Amino acid sequence: MRSIRAAAVGAVTMSLALAATACGGGSSDQGGSGDSPKTLTYWASNQGASIAVDKKVLQPELDKFQQRTGIKVKLEVVPWSDLLNRILTATTSGQGPDVLNIGNTWSASLQATGALLAWDDENYSKIGGRDRFVDSALGSTGAQGKDPAAVPLYSMAYALYYNKQILADAGITKPPATWDELVADGKKIEAEGKSVIGVEGANVSENIHHVFVFAKQHGADFFTPEGKPDFTNPKVVDAVKQYVDLMAKDKIVPTGDAEYGQNQSVSDFAKGKQAMLLWQSAAANLKSQGMSEDAYGVAPVPVRSGVPGTGAQTNSMVAGINIAVFKNSHNVDGATKFVKFMTGDAEQKILNKAYSSIPPVKGAQGDPAFNAPATAVLKQTLATSAAALPQVPSESQFETAVGTAVKDLFADAAAGRTVTTDSVRAKLEKAQQQMPAA
Amino acid sequence: MTTTTTARKEPVRPISPGAARVPRRTGRIRRASLPYLLLLPALVLELLVHLVPMVIGIVMSFKELTQFYIRDWGSAPWSGLGNYRLSVDFDAPVGEALLHSFLVTVGFTLLSVVLCWLIGTAAAVFMQDTFRGRGLLRALFLVPYALPVYAAVITWVFMFQHDNGLVNHVLHDQLHLTDKPSFWLIGDNSFYALLTVSVWKGWPFAFLIVTAGLQNIPGELYEAAALDGAGVWQQLRRITLPSLRPVNQVLVLVLFLWTFNDFNTPYVLFGKSAPEPADLVSVHIYQASFVTWNFGTGSAMSVLLLLFLLVVTGGYLLLTSRGRRTTDV
Repeated sequence: MRSIRAAAVGAVTMSLALAATACGGGSSDQGGSGDSPKTLTYWASNQGASIAVDKKVLQPELDKFQQRTGIKVKLEVVPWSDLLNRILTATTSGQGPDVLNIGNTWSASLQATGALLAWDDENYSKIGGRDRFVDSALGSTGAQGKDPAAVPLYSMAYALYYNKQILADAGITKPPATWDELVADGKKIEAEGKSVIGVEGANVSENIHHVFVFAKQHGADFFTPEGKPDFTNPKVVDAVKQYVDLMAKDKIVPTGDAEYGQNQSVSDFAKGKQAMLLWQSAAANLKSQGMSEDAYGVAPVPVRSGVPGTGAQTNSMVAGINIAVFKNSHNVDGATKFVKFMTGDAEQKILNKAYSSIPPVKGAQGDPAFNAPATAVLKQTLATSAAALPQVPSESQFETAVGTAVKDLFADAAAGRTVTTDSVRAKLEKAQQQMPAA
Repeated sequence: MTTTTTARKEPVRPISPGAARVPRRTGRIRRASLPYLLLLPALVLELLVHLVPMVIGIVMSFKELTQFYIRDWGSAPWSGLGNYRLSVDFDAPVGEALLHSFLVTVGFTLLSVVLCWLIGTAAAVFMQDTFRGRGLLRALFLVPYALPVYAAVITWVFMFQHDNGLVNHVLHDQLHLTDKPSFWLIGDNSFYALLTVSVWKGWPFAFLIVTAGLQNIPGELYEAAALDGAGVWQQLRRITLPSLRPVNQVLVLVLFLWTFNDFNTPYVLFGKSAPEPADLVSVHIYQASFVTWNFGTGSAMSVLLLLFLLVVTGGYLLLTSRGRRTTDV
C-alpha cells in the first residue's frame, strides 16, 4: 500500500514538474538575454574569411570593452546562411542576443517586426549623435520617416576587381568603364583563352544587388514610390535582361557560373582563372585566398555611359552591416554602451581595416588606410554613386522572389535556352505575384 | 510525424472489485486511479512533445502571421480560412506553385520508393546465400544509411558540380555520353539528381528490413518447393514475396512517409530556393514560411500536407490489412 502511494505521488510530482519546466522554459535565460547587467550576448555576422578569423578580430576588442566597462560580452559569430533565421526565431520567442549585426538591406524588414530597438534622437545622442555617420550609410537603417532600427557599422560597396596580368596580356590598357567596353574587352580576353567575368548565378542576394543597380542605370526601380512592387516595369525587365545577357547573349560569363552560390567566382578570380570580378570589398577575401595585392586593380563598376554618379549613373548598392539592439534585452543600457564602443572612431578604424570595409563614421574615414587605392574607389563609390536598396518591409521577400527569378533565368541561359524580353517579364511577373499583398 | 500516434489502451484494472474484503470508497478510488496516475507522466509528455506543437501549428494556420506580428503572435489577426483559400486557389500563383510542388513530390516519392524497394529487395535476396565476404558486402551496403545526411548529401553536391564534378567527369570527359557537361543542380536535370541521392540514401533501409524479414522464412519451405520442382524464380514469387508481405507493408509505408517529408536532401542539394523541376513540397513550405516570413500560409500548407498524408496512410492501411485478412485465413 505504501509503495503504491509512493508510486502515485512520484508520478504526480513528475508530471507536475514536467509541466512546470515546460511552461517556465520561456523565461529561463538560455539565449543569454542577460538578467545581470554585467554580461551581453553579441551575434556578429561572418565578415572575415571564416568564423575563426572573426573571433580573432573581435575578441581583443571585446576584452577591451570589458576592461573599460566591466561588461563581459559573449560573442557568437553566426554564418550568413543562418543569421536571418536565427533573428526570426529570436524575434518569435523573445529569446535572443542583446546586440546583433544585421545585413543593412534587412533593416526595414526587421524594423517592421518591432524586434529591434528604435534609434530615436535620444538613443542616438547616447552614441554621439546621428551626425557622426555618413549619409549614405544612414539611408540603409530603416524605412523612411521612421526611427532607424539599427546603426551603421561597416560600409561596403561594389567595385570591379581586375587581374592586371590578364588585361595586359589581352592588350587592354585600362579597365572598362562602361558595359559596352566590358563586352568588347571580353572578346579580347577570351581570345587569350581566359574567362572574362564571374557571377554568383545561384546566390539570390548577389543577384538582387546587381539587378538593383542595373535597374537604377535604366532609370527604374523595383518598387513604386508608395512601396508597391513594380517588377514588370519595362525598364526593370530590360535591366534584368541586360544582367542575364552577360551570360546569355554577350557570353562573357561562363555558363558554369549559373550554379555558383558559395563564392566560387571569388576563388576563380583569386586563382587567376578569370580576368574580372564584381564584388563588394573583396580585398580581405582575396588575400585569404592567396592573391597578392599587386596582382589586381580596383576600378568602379561600369555604367551604361559616362561616369559614375547619382540616378542612372549609380554603380553600386550601399552594402554594409548594421549593428542593432534587441528590444527584449534586459540590459539595454549596456547594449547601447556596446554600440557606442563599436561605432567609436578608434574601434571603427581597427575593425574596418581588418575587414577591408569603409567606416560609416566620418571621424574614422580620415585614416590613411582608407585612402589606399583599393579602398579609395570604394569610398568614392559610397560617397557619390551608391544607392540604398529599397527600404520597404517586404524587402526580404523581394530578395527571395526576384533573386530566385534571376537564378532561374541564369539556369535557362546556361542550358542554352534563349532569354528573351518575354521570358524575363514572365519570370518577374511570377515573382511579383508571390509578393505579399500589403 | 503522422505515424507516432501511439495507441493508449484503456488500462486493465489490476485488482478485481471483490478482492478487497472491506470495500472502502477512498481506497477503491485510490486504487482505481493508480494506473491513470502512473500514465500521467507519459500523457503529459505526449501532450507537450506532440500535440501542443501540432495544435499551435494548426492555430497558426488560421492567423495572418507575417513579419508584422511574429514578435507577439497572439496579436496577429485571425484570417479564418484565408490561408487555406490562398493555398488551394490553383489559378493564383501561390496555389499553382503549391500544386506544382505537390505533383513533383508525388512523382518523386513514387519513383524513389519503388526504386528503393526494388534495389533493397534484390540486394537482400542476393545476400541470402552464404558466400565469402558476405558480411563485408552487407556492411558496405549499409554505409549510405549510416552516414550523416548532411555529409553525404554535400558530397553529392560536389560530385554533381558542372565544372569540376565527378559525375560530369565520368559521363562527359571519360564516357563521352553527352556533347557538353550537363547541369545537375539547376534546371531540368535537378529532378534526377535529387532522385539519385534519395534512392542512394534510402535503399539500404529497405535492404536492412527485407534482410531481417528473410530470416523468418523457414528454410524447409524452400526445400519442399525445390523437391516439388520449383525454380528460383518460382520460389521467389511463391514463397519469398508472400512471406515478406507484412514486412513490405510497413516498409513501403515508412519509405513513402520519409521520402515525401524529406527536407534535408533537397535543402542541402539546392539551398533555400530549389529549382522548379525539383521543388519538393517540404522545401516549398519552408520557403513559403521562413524565407517569405509568412508563417500563417506556411502552416496552412503544412496542415494540408498532414491531412493528405493521413488520408494516404489510412487508405493504405485499410487496403493492405483487408487484403491480408482474406489471404491469411
